[in-house]
Amino acid sequence: MNPVAAGPVADVIAACLMLLGALSCLLGAIGLVRLPDLPARLQAATKPQTLGLSLILLGAALRVELASAATMVLVVLFQVISAPVLSQLVGRAAYRSGALPDDGLVVDELAEHLPADALVGDDPPSDSDDARG
Amino acid sequence: MGVVFAVVLAMVGVSAALALYRLLRGPTTLDRIVALDVVVVLTVVAAGVYVAYYRDGSNIPLLAAVALVGFVGSTAAARLAVRRERHR
Repeated sequence: MNPVAAGPVADVIAACLMLLGALSCLLGAIGLVRLPDLPARLQAATKPQTLGLSLILLGAALRVELASAATMVLVVLFQVISAPVLSQLVGRAAYRSGALPDDGLVVDELAEHLPADALVGDDPPSDSDDARG
Repeated sequence: MGVVFAVVLAMVGVSAALALYRLLRGPTTLDRIVALDVVVVLTVVAAGVYVAYYRDGSNIPLLAAVALVGFVGSTAAARLAVRRERHR
């Protein structure tokens, strides 16, 4: 088996990458617990989702053979694409269900584009409802 | 090298515990979805640490599968959660 990179230097680089990745996972998780509201927690959650995962898998990819390393890069690529999708969905769901604190938004451009009855406590949602916003 | 892996795994474990705390506390379903997604990502990260430690690429498909299923699950849950919360 031929690793992508061998030797002590590669080991040190891999160790540094993995430590940085673990550190960003930890910071993100601390933010997830300590931050006060949903958008802030969403922001903290992006640290393990993209930065932590990328750094750790990059460090691991240095230590395995090339085919495995390529698969890991694919995993990272997929995660980088999918994490913003989930964040956007959750943020939008929070906005539309009224879960956001009233004073939390400095600028609210979405409200100008929504009909007045589109927010909390109105009729049961229909599918056309989901296409907007 | 072994010490590095122990430290990395400990940090990932503490992160997972913190995310689980947020998962239990909520307060809204959306908070739980975010926390659960972080737990899933940390599972992938821990499997990546395993791969690096044993230099064993045999469970890399596991990484891809868990990442994919985690994304689909979180997305579906987020879409269902907004319907439920709107009726409160």
